[in-house]
Amino acid sequence: MTQISQSPAPRAARSNTGRFIGLATLTTVVALLPLALPNAFYVDVAIRIAILAVNGIALNLLMGYTGQISLGHAGFFGLGAYGSAVLTAHFGWSPLWALLAAAAMTAVIAWGVARVILRLRGHYLAMATLGLGIIISIVLSNETAWTGGPDGMAVDSFSLFGVPLSGERRWYWVFGGLLIGTVILAQNLIDSPAGRALQALHGSETAASVAGIDVGRRKVGVFVLSATVAAVMGSLSAHYAGYINPGIAGFLQSVELVIIVVLGGMASIYGSIFGAVVMGLLPQLLAGYEGWDSVLFGLIMVVTMIVLPRGVVPSLTARLRSTRFGTKGNAPC
Amino acid sequence: MLTVANLSKQFGGVHAVQDVSFTIPQGCVYSVIGPNGAGKTTLFNLISGLYTPTSGSIRFEGQDISGQAPDRLARRGMSRTFQNLQICKNLSAIDNVMVGAHLTLNASMFAGMFRWPGLARADRACRERAAALMERVGCGDFITADAAAMPYGALKRLEIARALASDPKILFLDEPAAGLNHTETHSVQTLVAELARSGLTVVVVEHDMKLVMSVSDRILVLNYGRRLAEGTPADIRENPDVIAAYLGADTEEE
Repeated sequence: MTQISQSPAPRAARSNTGRFIGLATLTTVVALLPLALPNAFYVDVAIRIAILAVNGIALNLLMGYTGQISLGHAGFFGLGAYGSAVLTAHFGWSPLWALLAAAAMTAVIAWGVARVILRLRGHYLAMATLGLGIIISIVLSNETAWTGGPDGMAVDSFSLFGVPLSGERRWYWVFGGLLIGTVILAQNLIDSPAGRALQALHGSETAASVAGIDVGRRKVGVFVLSATVAAVMGSLSAHYAGYINPGIAGFLQSVELVIIVVLGGMASIYGSIFGAVVMGLLPQLLAGYEGWDSVLFGLIMVVTMIVLPRGVVPSLTARLRSTRFGTKGNAPC
Repeated sequence: MLTVANLSKQFGGVHAVQDVSFTIPQGCVYSVIGPNGAGKTTLFNLISGLYTPTSGSIRFEGQDISGQAPDRLARRGMSRTFQNLQICKNLSAIDNVMVGAHLTLNASMFAGMFRWPGLARADRACRERAAALMERVGCGDFITADAAAMPYGALKRLEIARALASDPKILFLDEPAAGLNHTETHSVQTLVAELARSGLTVVVVEHDMKLVMSVSDRILVLNYGRRLAEGTPADIRENPDVIAAYLGADTEEE
């Protein structure tokens, strides 16, 4: 009996090593990638992938770890983007203050909405968040005086303490750094008692509440966190792109984020990065098959989900582990 | 320690629990028995806050707790297991136990994200304690396992370990021996006796009469949602109403 049982220390140590290797690999890739990117177009693609990845990780905290679906997350991205754009263009705020204000405003809205809709479960929660996203994008389209309506609006470039941030290369380091920071903070959270509480309520709300976890408050907390991250990314990408339109908050963008989470792997941080890479690159790679690109894209998604139902990264990690160690287990990512 | 007075719960037209009153003294093993559908689990769900009573009151350490949410009751020192297991299959076995210790740890999201000083150390200590608890309840073989990969009997014990991780004052075990073989049942029996000796108040719903008769200080018998009898094991064994309810109603009930 005691022969097989091990102290829990090796498990913790192993996951720490795994975490370090993952982070070191990510940092190396982010640091060396610019050398391999021939021109601004590719840097732009890399930046868009980083933005998708950060949003995907934030949504994964809500969907993959806590088990609450959101089909309207691009709405919060749009709120951040338009918050920054309107405050800088119409009120002359500095970009930094506009970003913070837009993030705070989005957090308050997300909090108010979450308190009501997170009582819902499953399909009903999906419908409610879907509606929320659609409402946000309609408001952005219709408030023409403030947002320019469907034509969109121009956004000033970002400047921090008087130093302007311009050029793809500089922005690359900002978004690359944010991605690494997000991975670190998200992994810290998941490994902490708070993260365990989120995963516990995903596993069994009854068990979680009996253990003293305030299920409602936790759901609202992670929803607000996830929405606020999306808002900050929205603000920054608005400044980066220099132009926004209501499409960024639309249903298709929300679906794109959900695909990133599900394809890469629920409850997997690196899965979301993988999902973002696929969503960022695949359309570019398929651009040559004009007219068939959407069909191929859909086909790849369907086949992937049939072959690797838990998402690419968790399924492959589990498979790798089972062939190497002869055991089946959950991926520590 | 726990006083239930005139407690009733109605689901539509069904009186699942009707006008039940009893008192559980501190530090004893209190069992609730009765035929299937007698309202035992409903009673547990009422006390632990999963259901709101239709009428009546529940007092814990002198304070009215009826209708309070489970997480608030956990703060007061209540803990329980489930007849139909409530295991977080997305977590490892030991993480499930650590979930039980939620209230003893700093669980703010902010502190978690920024690795607040002391957080990692407290969590490591909690992990060691959880491992010790798993050894204690007899699922030490599964310390490094995923909860999803564990057999039924081990999961039952895992629930007990999780319930103990919160350091409760009162522990509710809903059919801890259901589906276990003789050896396993015996080890649950030993564990309950041990816990009671350490001063913990244990409330048990159980069908295994041998277990109930040997560990209980007092027994409450429910039938059709009503209190049929209450007393020491010896009283219950000789109570004609209880004998009629068990032997007369359903021979499958042993």
